[in-house]
Amino acid sequence: MKDVVIIGYGPAGISAAIYLKRQGIDALVIGKDLGALEGYDDKVENYYGLKEPIFGKDLIINGIEQAKHLGIEVITDSVISLKSVEDNFEVKTAHDIYLTRTVLLATGKTRRTLHRPGFSTYRGKGISMCAICDGFFYRKKKIALIGCGTYMLHELDFLRKMTSDITIFTDGNPIKADVDMPIVHGKIKRFIGSDRLTHIETTDGTYEVQGAFIALGVPSSLEFASQLGVIIEKNNLKVDHNYMSNIPGLFAAGDIIGGKLQIVKAAYDGMNAADAIYSYLNKKK
Amino acid sequence: MVYTFTTDNFDNEVLKSDVPVLVEFWATWCGPCGRVAPILDELAADVKEAAKIGKLDVDEEYKVADDLGIMSIPTLIVFKDGKVHQSTIGVQSKETLKKLLGL
Repeated sequence: MKDVVIIGYGPAGISAAIYLKRQGIDALVIGKDLGALEGYDDKVENYYGLKEPIFGKDLIINGIEQAKHLGIEVITDSVISLKSVEDNFEVKTAHDIYLTRTVLLATGKTRRTLHRPGFSTYRGKGISMCAICDGFFYRKKKIALIGCGTYMLHELDFLRKMTSDITIFTDGNPIKADVDMPIVHGKIKRFIGSDRLTHIETTDGTYEVQGAFIALGVPSSLEFASQLGVIIEKNNLKVDHNYMSNIPGLFAAGDIIGGKLQIVKAAYDGMNAADAIYSYLNKKK
Repeated sequence: MVYTFTTDNFDNEVLKSDVPVLVEFWATWCGPCGRVAPILDELAADVKEAAKIGKLDVDEEYKVADDLGIMSIPTLIVFKDGKVHQSTIGVQSKETLKKLLGL
């Protein structure tokens, strides 16, 4: 059992890990990419202590190295799901499963949706982002599962219990998993329906479906957190003044909670969240 | 208090209500729905007589849920004068729910 799993190794996550380390708490930091700063062409020049402007990507890599030098465990992996297990959490990644007393979400904010005609119209009317939440409404129905990798398999596991009539739509991506059901390889052009979704049009033809579940790539943190029941407002995860969500033990910091999308703010959030997690763990023990 | 709405009482308690009614469509197997319950308790205590707060189990009362086309839970719907006034999917804060109720 871990004390803290920090998801995201940008300025918020790494700052939290450093401040926790100073309080004697070893966090496990799991990150998957360099976040918003990765593809940022301009150099960062507005952050304290930078003698010369540097690329955001390099700043993030420096942060990860800094944490490792301090003896903090930092790994690269994708989180697939987050579950409450009694008072604790189970963090499932593409490669492993971790049990932890607290979780800090510091993933930044990218929301993966499918920008195709009809997506917004049929969201909640046949299109679902969450098998565990909505699978029940599609018992014995003909459904599409849109995805191609581990996340798709995770959702498939659950949907299989609801219906046997599942077709995988890869949306033009190579499939990275073994499945024994029909696969449509074409790129999705649009979602079609009347009151509810009825068809998916792809470059390979049009298919009749009664529901479509989206599980492309890896879930964004807002996606896996909303499966737990966190409050999300205006695409921001809502936290109290202690950086804790409405779920005890689940904290968040950085861009994901809104406010200024700045490195200095994310680092400040990380420090405060570390203090709050420290107090929370002390109370719990 | 938080009401329990059913197929039998839906007409009287919700559609014919004099005050706005917030209904959470939920089910026992729905993880996120469990997080809505404490928010509804607080909301009900806050709004007192100004609105009715309640929930409807989509498994037990599937007729009402089907008629309204509920395909995702938790769905929260505010009814005013017998009609759907506002509708939202997912866990919401107490403040947001008050706004949906127009309070």
